[in-house]
Amino acid sequence: MPSRVQALKLFEPAIVRRAILDSFRKLDPRHQVRNPVMFVTEVVSVLTTCLFIQALIGKGEAPAGFILAVSAWLWFTVLFANFAEAMAEGRGKAQADALRRSSKELTAKFMAEPRHGASWAPIPAQMLHRRDAVLVEAGDIIPCDGEVIEGIASVDESVITGESAPVIRESGGDRSAVTAGTRVLSDWVVVSVTAEAGETFLDRMIAMVEGAKRQRTPNEIALSILLAALTIVFLLAVATLLPFSLYSVKVAAKGLPVSVTVLVALLVCLIPTTIGGLLSAIGIAGMDRMIQANVIATSGRAVEAAGDVDVLLLDKTGTITLGNRQATAFVPAAGVREDDLADAAQLSSLADETPEGRSIVVLAKEKFGLRGRDVQSLGATFVPFSAQTRMSGVDLDGRQIRKGAADAVEVFVTALGGAFDESVRASVDRIAKSGGTPLVVADGPRVLGVIQLKDIVKGGIRERFAELRKMGIKTVMITGDNPLTAAAIAAEAGVDDFLAEATPEAKLRLIRELQTGGRLVAMTGDGTNDAPALAQADVAVAMNSGTQAAKEAGNMVDLDSNPTKLIEVVEIGKQLLMTRGSLTTFSIANDVAKYFAIIPAMFVATYPQLGALNIMHLATPSSAVMSAVIFNALIIVALIPLALRGVEYRPIGAAALLRRNLLIYGLGGIVAPFVGIKAIDLLLQVLRLT
Amino acid sequence: MTALAVVQLVVLLGAIVALAKPLGIYMARVYEGRPSGLDRVLGPVERFLYRIAGINPGDEMGWKRYAVAMLLFNGLGLITIYALQRLQGMLPINPAHLPAVAPDLAFNTATSFATNTNWQSYSGEQTLSYLSQMLGLTVQNFVSAASGMAVLVALIRGIVRRTASTIGNFWVDLVRTTLYILIPLSLVLALALVSQGVVQTLAPYKKVALVQPVVIDQPKLDAAGAPVKDAQGNPVTEKVTVTEQTLAVGPAASQIAIKQLGTNGGGFFNTNSAHPFENSTPLSNFLEVLAIPLISAALCLTFGEMVRDRRQGWAILAAMSTIFVVAAMVAISNEQAGNPLLTKLGVDQHVSATQSGGNMEGKEVRFGPAASALWAATTTGTSNGSVNSMHDSFTPLGGLVPMAMMQLGEVVFGGVGCGLYGMLAFVIVAVFIAGLMVGRTPEYLGKKIGAFEMKMASLVILITPAVVLLGTAVAVATAAGQAGASNPGAHGFSQILYAFTSAGNNNGSAFAGINANTQFYNFMLGLAMFFGRFWAKVPILAIAGSLAAKKLTPVGAGTLATHTPLFVGLLIGTVLLVAALTFFPALALGPIVEHLQMLAAAH
Repeated sequence: MPSRVQALKLFEPAIVRRAILDSFRKLDPRHQVRNPVMFVTEVVSVLTTCLFIQALIGKGEAPAGFILAVSAWLWFTVLFANFAEAMAEGRGKAQADALRRSSKELTAKFMAEPRHGASWAPIPAQMLHRRDAVLVEAGDIIPCDGEVIEGIASVDESVITGESAPVIRESGGDRSAVTAGTRVLSDWVVVSVTAEAGETFLDRMIAMVEGAKRQRTPNEIALSILLAALTIVFLLAVATLLPFSLYSVKVAAKGLPVSVTVLVALLVCLIPTTIGGLLSAIGIAGMDRMIQANVIATSGRAVEAAGDVDVLLLDKTGTITLGNRQATAFVPAAGVREDDLADAAQLSSLADETPEGRSIVVLAKEKFGLRGRDVQSLGATFVPFSAQTRMSGVDLDGRQIRKGAADAVEVFVTALGGAFDESVRASVDRIAKSGGTPLVVADGPRVLGVIQLKDIVKGGIRERFAELRKMGIKTVMITGDNPLTAAAIAAEAGVDDFLAEATPEAKLRLIRELQTGGRLVAMTGDGTNDAPALAQADVAVAMNSGTQAAKEAGNMVDLDSNPTKLIEVVEIGKQLLMTRGSLTTFSIANDVAKYFAIIPAMFVATYPQLGALNIMHLATPSSAVMSAVIFNALIIVALIPLALRGVEYRPIGAAALLRRNLLIYGLGGIVAPFVGIKAIDLLLQVLRLT
Repeated sequence: MTALAVVQLVVLLGAIVALAKPLGIYMARVYEGRPSGLDRVLGPVERFLYRIAGINPGDEMGWKRYAVAMLLFNGLGLITIYALQRLQGMLPINPAHLPAVAPDLAFNTATSFATNTNWQSYSGEQTLSYLSQMLGLTVQNFVSAASGMAVLVALIRGIVRRTASTIGNFWVDLVRTTLYILIPLSLVLALALVSQGVVQTLAPYKKVALVQPVVIDQPKLDAAGAPVKDAQGNPVTEKVTVTEQTLAVGPAASQIAIKQLGTNGGGFFNTNSAHPFENSTPLSNFLEVLAIPLISAALCLTFGEMVRDRRQGWAILAAMSTIFVVAAMVAISNEQAGNPLLTKLGVDQHVSATQSGGNMEGKEVRFGPAASALWAATTTGTSNGSVNSMHDSFTPLGGLVPMAMMQLGEVVFGGVGCGLYGMLAFVIVAVFIAGLMVGRTPEYLGKKIGAFEMKMASLVILITPAVVLLGTAVAVATAAGQAGASNPGAHGFSQILYAFTSAGNNNGSAFAGINANTQFYNFMLGLAMFFGRFWAKVPILAIAGSLAAKKLTPVGAGTLATHTPLFVGLLIGTVLLVAALTFFPALALGPIVEHLQMLAAAH
């Protein structure tokens, strides 16, 4: 499927340029204060800069060059963190700009009365209000989100969906919603405005993509608290080192008390700057990956919840099975010839425009060479399907040919004095049990037989469900079929459970029950009658092709209208959480090596024996401090790609996943800085920078 | 490590695990109000206590009410001990006619016992009357322990209950803990100790004739009692021959039983369990060192029982035991190895038929280095603080172990109740990070860990480092604080760090060298004990309340299992990493540099 969002390169030059500018703009303390770890870093950067100025104009506590170098790298640490955030936002902004171009300065044909043919006047789209009526004709861009109240038109929605094939939008039914910015290709529609200017889907999408209204999610807040707590612990550990050092120098009568610059360097190395600097970038990148998957989430909270989903409710039709059921066999009643049954079935379906009806005509032609006949020329009257009779058919030459559900047809033939014979009943049961849908055909009081309709399960869907099961997610198929049919399809598709004869109320009840049991429920939906269930579900993906009501009830909109997208949504949610957890582990594990670099450097003058802790054999105390600080700053940049791409999720079970990530980010986090700091120290030696 | 040391460690661990299971299950029955056996005998007593105190045992409390009840009760306890000490000169059961205790020391001691710390700036036999010991300290030994266990049980209820607003009744938990658990166990242990020669009497101190009279120099006093000084201003001494000695005795066994079982640690005598009347034989030593971690270890299994998943209890016990074994081995091998400086001087520190070998400074000959180091690891890991040797005299790394065990936050078995709830705070942090790493918002035993739990767990984990580091910083920066250190150099720093580590973590053991009975230390350490205890308890109850209100999330394939060796390893890693990152710089300036200096000097 063509994607609306061009897959951006990770370091797109334009984005990088803007991000570099933004990293400086983000030095504003009002921005930094939202992130305690980076705020502390910025404050101490200011402090060391002041110490540098003091060293320049008078007596410094350490060589001015050393203080300058430390200050510079501390500022880099802050800038690198800002850069990560700006990069994540930049990708969104680039996409938003493209969207914004399409929504600029639209003109609306404002109608005096909401009916076709009424007079209209051009007004700017910004002046439209809810319930205003506008006319949109071929070639026009739809100026507002709205509901088609009259007419039918083909619409190019590629600006939103990336799908180049035009879609049909018409009044009534589930295809009545239109979106601002899309273009009418043919015909005309009268649209009733449903969203004020600035609140349209396109506007919300731009805001979402830009991350302008990004609020911190509950999990992000909890993690920030942990990071703040760690920062306080390290603040205590480092601040108390000053009196400890003074005391030690006094009792050992040797060396000098540790300088504030070195203490600050130790502090910044210890506090979790890696995760602190990348945290918001990870969150924004999560939203961004959703957009890459052509899903617009209305909140970061929904993305996070997606990772936690335990139960997935999936509509059978369109998701598990290929769109519609198809006729696959004619099963005549005892004493009826199969071609008689096929003839009657075909007659009853000639005017039936439903896909099932059409598939019956096709099957009759394939099996018995029965050609399509024109209902009008036959003089037949078509009896359409109604919710009351639950049958459709034709009246022809006094014959009443009907097809419908077994119980409905039974009522029909009994009323005419006929009876349901056992062979028919047996066929009905057999077809139902095998997952098919039996349609009984009757000619007046006489039952001719049964048409077998069958659902075709989508290829590859079974494997996807197996994958979900490995992720710990239970799948439930929702269908209007009877329990027998549902069970057979459920078994064929490999879902864990099913809800048969589902009504909107039953759906809602099921979701509530699951939630009371503590489960997190995800579902997809497109129709207006899905709206209550969508509103109730924790992760609700509305199809972009669906109705306005469905889109408003959900917390995500899938632009591709692909119901199996939920699986990707869940993966993105998990990736987001895993990236946070893994980088936190990495960040904390890093501290071990930094202690081994800085503590001996700090106290070796007072207690020469502490040189034994310098296991990396760093050249000098100042090169040790510098190497640790430089490593700490560079690691942020090095991890930006990982933060933006996310840690890979594999459905291998929680234990294996934990083992794997602990090994990579925990153990790796301990080892990496030993190597990195040593390498930087060697480089500093080679460049004679210390 | 010698073979004997290995046997001691294995037997101790084996005994802990063997006794923890039945005791853990028994305690779960007590707290859940199920038949426990003893209720048939003690049930009427329990009901009588409720009746006279006007308690309705069915009255469930929310976490705030529970916290207020707990704080009120401990506050009143604190005031009572303070008053008893200040007034003991006027009160009965004071055969030694000991006068009122000074205000700063009385504050320190009152806080110490009400917080289950039992830091002792005084020597019991020279300061406190029998009444103060029994009515003040021994009572607190029971109820301060019970109050810690009550908070733990409230937390477990919070985890178990779903969408509930209450976490139990503090008074009921307090009464049940004392009546069904602490008193019966103490009774058994006290009798066993008496059988080994530990004293238990209300008789006054005994004067006994010395087998071998000794001659000592004694300052000469004038008629007014002031020391006589010579022309240079130096005190004049005279030779005195001593033929008899006053032996302090008293109701020791009963206090020792609860001091060990309730992880209190406050000795009846100044030298604590190194004193032959507190700890007479190797058998009494084994019983006491077993009693120290017993209830804390068993509570892990109580936890597993109450959450209806015993594996969870075993997992936490496994994490605790692993750290314990490693720490004990480090301490034992360092003490057993002896002091290289002495080896250099030609001192034989090897094990032989006639000596236990190793570093014997500050140790009892009847215990030797292995039993002493094993005790040190046990008493510091459990927030007990009683000693059978002087930790101040340990080798640098041998002495680092007790200090580090406290700095872990008293979670290696830990204090009764507080050890496990402290560990559960670490579990929350471990689960939070591990949960994220498997791609789910974190949960523990079906309860989601959100921002509120994180905030409270952070408070619990933050408080002790804050108290310890800030207290030590103030002490080393002030003249009053520096005066306390009795040793020069890095060891003086270790002494001060040890004192605040012990107080802030409510352990109560001391590097004996420090002179802590000064206004400065009495006040500072008193504050450290107070905040270390109650700051942690209230957030724990807040977590209990918040978890109780949550729904239960069912276990699925994506759920992180918290009973596996992998998780146990992660939990151990979290505990060690948090402590190491917090205290590494301070330890580097104390015991680590001491050790490196010792090695450098030995070569």
